[in-house]
Amino acid sequence: MNDTSEPNTTAVRLTDIGKRFPGVIANDQVNVTVRRATVHALVGENGAGKSTLMKILYGVQKPDSGTIEVDGRQVSFSSPSDAIAAGIGMVFQHFMLADNLTVLENVVLGAEKLHGSGDRARDRIHELARSYGFDLDPDRLVEDLGVGDRQRVEILKVLYRGAHTIILDEPTAVLVPQEVEELFDNLRGLKAEGVTVIFISHKLDEVLAIADDVTVIRRGRTVTTVDPKHTTARQLAELMVGSELPSPSTESSTVTDVVELSVHDLSLADPLGGRDLLTDVSFDIHRGEVVGIAGVEGNGQAELVEAIMGMRKGTGTVGLSGEDISGWSTARRREAGIGYIPEDRQRHGLLLDAPLWENRMLGHQTREPNRKGPFIDRGGARSDTERIVAAYDVRTPSIDTTARALSGGNQQKLIVGREMSGDPVVLIASHPTRGVDVGAQAAIWDYIKTARREGLAVLLISADLDELIGLSDTIHVMLRGRLVGTVDPQTVTPQQLGSAMTGAEVPA
Amino acid sequence: MRFDARRAVLTLAAPLLAIVVAIIVTSLVLAIAGDPVGTVWSTIFSKPKPRNVVNILNQGTVLYLSALAAAVGFRMNLFNIGVDGQYRLAAFVAAYVAGEAWLPGKLNVLFSILVAVAVGALWAGIAGLLKVTRGVSEVISTIMLNSIATALVAYFLRQVAQKGSNNIHTTDIPLSSQLQGFSLIPNAPNNVYTLSVLAVLAGIFFWVMLNRTVFGFNLRATGQSESAAVASGVNVRKMVVVSMLISGGIAGLIGMPLLFGDAHNYGLTFQTGLGFAGILVALLGRNHPVGIAFAALLFAFLNEQSNALQLKAGVSNDIVNIMLGVIVLSVVIAYELVRRYNNAAEQRKVAAQLAASRQPEEVAA
Amino acid sequence: MTQLLDKATTTVRKVRPTWPVVLLLIAAGILLLALLRVITGAEDVASSGTVRAAVRAAMPLALAGLGGLWSERSGVVNIGLEGMMIMGTFGAGWAGYQWGMWAGVGFALLFGAIAGLLHALVTVGFGVDHIVSGVAINIIALGAAQYLAGLAFTGHPGGGPTQSPPVRPLSTFDIPGISNLAQSLADKHWFFVSDLGALVAGLTTQLTFLTIGGLLLFPLTWFVLWRTTFGLRVRSCGESPAAAESLGVNVYLYKYIAVIISGSMAGLAGAFLVQDASVYREGQTGGRGYIGLAAMIFGNWRPGGLLAGAGLFGYTDALRLRSGGQSVHALVLLLAVLLLFYAIYLLRTRRNQAVAGLAMGVGLLAIYLFTDTIPGDFTGMTPYLTTLLVLALFSQRLRMPKADGQVYRKGAAG
Repeated sequence: MNDTSEPNTTAVRLTDIGKRFPGVIANDQVNVTVRRATVHALVGENGAGKSTLMKILYGVQKPDSGTIEVDGRQVSFSSPSDAIAAGIGMVFQHFMLADNLTVLENVVLGAEKLHGSGDRARDRIHELARSYGFDLDPDRLVEDLGVGDRQRVEILKVLYRGAHTIILDEPTAVLVPQEVEELFDNLRGLKAEGVTVIFISHKLDEVLAIADDVTVIRRGRTVTTVDPKHTTARQLAELMVGSELPSPSTESSTVTDVVELSVHDLSLADPLGGRDLLTDVSFDIHRGEVVGIAGVEGNGQAELVEAIMGMRKGTGTVGLSGEDISGWSTARRREAGIGYIPEDRQRHGLLLDAPLWENRMLGHQTREPNRKGPFIDRGGARSDTERIVAAYDVRTPSIDTTARALSGGNQQKLIVGREMSGDPVVLIASHPTRGVDVGAQAAIWDYIKTARREGLAVLLISADLDELIGLSDTIHVMLRGRLVGTVDPQTVTPQQLGSAMTGAEVPA
Repeated sequence: MRFDARRAVLTLAAPLLAIVVAIIVTSLVLAIAGDPVGTVWSTIFSKPKPRNVVNILNQGTVLYLSALAAAVGFRMNLFNIGVDGQYRLAAFVAAYVAGEAWLPGKLNVLFSILVAVAVGALWAGIAGLLKVTRGVSEVISTIMLNSIATALVAYFLRQVAQKGSNNIHTTDIPLSSQLQGFSLIPNAPNNVYTLSVLAVLAGIFFWVMLNRTVFGFNLRATGQSESAAVASGVNVRKMVVVSMLISGGIAGLIGMPLLFGDAHNYGLTFQTGLGFAGILVALLGRNHPVGIAFAALLFAFLNEQSNALQLKAGVSNDIVNIMLGVIVLSVVIAYELVRRYNNAAEQRKVAAQLAASRQPEEVAA
Repeated sequence: MTQLLDKATTTVRKVRPTWPVVLLLIAAGILLLALLRVITGAEDVASSGTVRAAVRAAMPLALAGLGGLWSERSGVVNIGLEGMMIMGTFGAGWAGYQWGMWAGVGFALLFGAIAGLLHALVTVGFGVDHIVSGVAINIIALGAAQYLAGLAFTGHPGGGPTQSPPVRPLSTFDIPGISNLAQSLADKHWFFVSDLGALVAGLTTQLTFLTIGGLLLFPLTWFVLWRTTFGLRVRSCGESPAAAESLGVNVYLYKYIAVIISGSMAGLAGAFLVQDASVYREGQTGGRGYIGLAAMIFGNWRPGGLLAGAGLFGYTDALRLRSGGQSVHALVLLLAVLLLFYAIYLLRTRRNQAVAGLAMGVGLLAIYLFTDTIPGDFTGMTPYLTTLLVLALFSQRLRMPKADGQVYRKGAAG
């Protein structure tokens, strides 16, 4: 990192980038310098502002302040097309592929001027695939490809357009470890051919394995840029988390010996015919206990939650307070006292266009105070919504405001308040503080801790390792649909947990 | 519910704007065609005679029922395009049953209405079942079922029709089962259908069911977000079938006021096309029971008043169909724009309030 | 529901028929019809007259379906085909009686395109639900055609508010040599050979350039949509508009163009009706727009399949017109036998479907044995019943464009 000032070795330089959204600062004086033909990692916690920064570099959003230099020239992008013209390409976390079109069609779409859409294009794709070590048949339908191949199609799309800087947004989130290795091989190949890679991640072991430089972003600001050869995962984690963030501190145990939720040999086949989504998952949660599930996303956590909620039908048994509820409907499970904070609150937890008081009823529409016989108890629901808004500090003009208008944190507080009401015996909390502000995060942690003291059994799924360690009494590690180990949150560090999640080793 | 003045104004502004746009477009069409624009509007907006008022009410009644049937589906994002086939099949079977007069007098009426509801519900239920068991889009299946219903009715009508008569129709309903109607409007030679009460009852049923029952909540939740409804414990498959049954059942009612109050049999002249008109009325009335009532009366008013156009202005009354279509298209566009505007406005409002209260700043991904 | 569908689409392998297979299938079809003709004695099952009538009945359906194909490949569901077709019939009648049928064809294309533009404006420009817009367009088009017809045709000789003055249809011609030879073969009543002759004779006599042009639109559509850059972009809008936009494709523009083309195809379908009847008549379309849509679904959103579907529906329609009851009665036997064979074929792999097929086959056989003729009303149902059956039995194998019917707003990418 000595010669970054020389323009001929600098691929991209971002200076003092700032970006605000209403009520939110996403980026504030961000400075990043990326050397040519290197893999530059951008790390930070969820919501630290990494993705916003990259969308600015790719022309999806315009910065409020700051400058962008590409190859030493200052540029201003008003759309992705401008960025592409400047040689920058981006692979989104959620693939942008048309399933029913072939690899060739997906690659040439929008860039037909380069080599047409016929044989010349096919030759060019073969050529690119060969030189970068990709194994792709241009005439296969994308829907027949696995996740790793799809990602290669995305990268190929970018290369086909002549990009020499590629942004990869959380590329490993959807990959299993072997695929991650293949991806890293591809990235090394790209680097060897002179391509610059910007790699966004919050997984430290991966970053240390592949990156030449690492820039840490925290709460919208660049903390520093470090050399991974002289940095440990522990140091990186400290830089990422900082010291000013509230930390979920462990309290004295309230675990009893009464089992509230018991999952036994739960298995779930893949409806698409792939590897089983869940295999023989067994665990118990006691009254007053928080059980955490750690794992790289996409290893079966979402499916586990949906199976416990009765939204997916698997084999094995689920027991609630000693009763076998395996055959019950979702509604009956909820009535029996399972509270549910879903992972994607906008899709699964809220009716965005309905007022708050109707959202308070969602999932609780069959119970008091929302119901009187076959009818809705509007009065009951409304006054109880007022109670939740006050007790859980949901900041809203009124309970007639639509859920869509609230910020993520306030939406989440409403959901937490709703799921805590009606005397739940078990709470399933899936990423309860994802994408919420720091204040709401601390409040939600407090609510969960209070409920635990009062005897609630909690299943906590989170990608935030500090959250898991701080709140849980027991942590199970999940990998490829199986529970592969159990760790004690009292003694484990985020780094140990992180490596256990990738299947490396399970600390006792 | 607290009254929100801005929202209310916007809600009303959309349909009014749509009517204004429709008047402008229609005037343009008339002007280009060289028809007398002024006379057309003065004819349409003249004070209806008592006889016409009754016609408007009667026509409004059937349109209202038809729109309700469509609205049940719309509220859960289910497009029952098949109301047309459902009501014709139901009216035919009910007319046959009523004509056979297995029960005396008013009991015959009641029984026939129940039969109509059952037939409508079953016919719609086919589409519901095909959707949940085979994944067949209800839009396509109900369109196909419409045409199949047409063929079935045509065939069976010929089977049961009075032989040797010119106008093919089912046996007339016995006098004791014919309903004379209410003479609501003074000086009108004709009566308002007795079974207009069906529309009132169905409207109340629809409103209570949708807004006051758990079932209605589930239905609306499914319409707004299927994924959230599933997570909240709603059995969406069941909801699809049940709402198709309810929609079809209400569709079965559409022909009843006509059958017992006017036609007294089902024949080739029985009013058709009510199902498609009902879809438009439902859209104009925003699938709300009160809104639909206004929309149905507006449709009926324009239809009835346009009958005099040929005589007074020398203009074909078909112009009114253009107008109705334009009203509906502009109103759905207006609703869509208002919806987007409202969302943005409310988000800004809440954000401003939060900024004022200096909440810790949130960092977005 | 969606999960079920997803599962099905990924496990079923697609089979793309090759030319030899298609020819073989056609030959098998002729053989079956020949057998049927001989067994039942229903001569019109495979006569050149029936084939001719089938082509005439099929063309409007096929072109309406082609309109649907263009629109839906770009991701816009088009229930408004019926209305666009009505506009086409009016345009053809209005221009046709004044300046001849070719002018009529031009105006049918134009009027259909205008209705298509309206649909595009409402669904793409304003983001209104596609079904809602389609239903409204059907009503507007009906009203507009009736109103304009009253204005344009009243007082002209032979015209009135519900009918245009007569339109001089395009002249027809036979393909010299082939048609005579084929017809003479057909008249011999030889097994198979005569049936093949009838098919060829039916396809080569009383042709118009309009029919030929209409047929050419199918390979043309295939070429444009599947072999050109423009077509790739149109299809990408129907499959994944977000991906298309992220690659710089102007999604709105391509959707607009596709829906306008869709409207003009439906308008052309209307022109065929006017050419056939030599007049514009109110209610002339009679729901053919919907059958076109059904044919498109039957054809799995592909031109070849669509043409086959339209041909099938046109054939049943033609049978109804030509000594209908008897011919369709014969057809029931064919269907029964085919179903029974299919059921036996399925017996090992899919027991439930096999049993259902068996039951239907036996039922149809019973109908054939215990009746002498099939009422015309039921013949008219054929396209609709077929479509429902195809959807119910094979919805797993059907593959509609992935983003079909979804309202797309700019900026959804990224």
